[in-house]
Amino acid sequence: MSDVAERVKKIVIEHLGVDADKVTDDANFIEDLGADSLDTVELVMAFEEEFGVEIPDDAAESIVTVGDAIRFLDKATAS
Amino acid sequence: MTQLDRLPLHSTIPGILAGRRGLIMGTANNRSIAWGIAKAAHGAGAELAFTYQGESLEKRVRPLAEELDAHVVGHCDVTDGATIDAVFGEIQRLWGKLDFVVHCIAFSDREQLTGRYVDTTEENFTNTLLVSCYSFTAVAQRAEKLMPDGGALLTLTYYGAEKWMPHYNVMGVAKAALEASVRYLAADLGEKNIRVNAISAGPIKTLAASGIGDFRYILKWNEYNAPLRRSVTIEEVGDSAAFLLSPLGRGITGEILHVDAGYHIVGMKNPAAPDLSALAKE
Repeated sequence: MSDVAERVKKIVIEHLGVDADKVTDDANFIEDLGADSLDTVELVMAFEEEFGVEIPDDAAESIVTVGDAIRFLDKATAS
Repeated sequence: MTQLDRLPLHSTIPGILAGRRGLIMGTANNRSIAWGIAKAAHGAGAELAFTYQGESLEKRVRPLAEELDAHVVGHCDVTDGATIDAVFGEIQRLWGKLDFVVHCIAFSDREQLTGRYVDTTEENFTNTLLVSCYSFTAVAQRAEKLMPDGGALLTLTYYGAEKWMPHYNVMGVAKAALEASVRYLAADLGEKNIRVNAISAGPIKTLAASGIGDFRYILKWNEYNAPLRRSVTIEEVGDSAAFLLSPLGRGITGEILHVDAGYHIVGMKNPAAPDLSALAKE
């Protein structure tokens, strides 16, 4: 697992209080991990803080799974 | 070095709110300005009670309240007067009286917090003013009855009430009305020694701010152009709030206190500040 993936999953586990084995790349924040709409905003803010990047609103709306977040942040931190 | 200089960062002068009891309304999570104020008030010796709006905020507010050994006095939706009555009824049962109320409540349809003010709908205008302005007056009506020995009411505003800010739109109009209501409430309640003030905080990245278009641009602009060359934290707003709520602020009412790293005195861009156009939306 990449460093980015590990950090993303750690944030998700801590923020949503879910078991680590549920936090797979395919896991949908709302449908699979029980997040509400405020959680999704808070997660985006937590990712921004952890990775020192900015996630614009339209990008944030397209991040619905753990894998979406990892892919976005992989790209954002590589550039 | 003075004693004050050695106070750890985020510490409030201990004891200035010792024995005081206050209600904190409008906490969403640990980034909320309400939470910064609650922490500072608690650090200064106050006993606190929190309200929450709905279940999704209840699960966030309860653990925060626990951290400060505070009470949770129930759901409060300021558009439903019965829930405000219920909360103040609970405060009366709990404490009998109240020393201060912190009101950190605002709402507008996020689709109208971007683009042009002129496109604001009647429905959203009415609801924004009701939630973001009238609610403070509604709270003051209930608080007055529980403050026989005086007290302090505090609300939050923003510089967008005084000057145009991009995307702040109807919220700027609502905050202007809120600031005016601070003055009218202060005049009405002054003879009962109830002080009414507002803090005009600089932009802070809270859940509420995430609804405002181009917020990052606004935040960066402030960081580069404010006299202190930075933004402010919820802890700094909290410390100033603790001062206003405490006897140290006893001569102050009807005031809008800017806790904004000095941004409100600035007339134009600092020539040395970097170009931020890349951060702004088309």
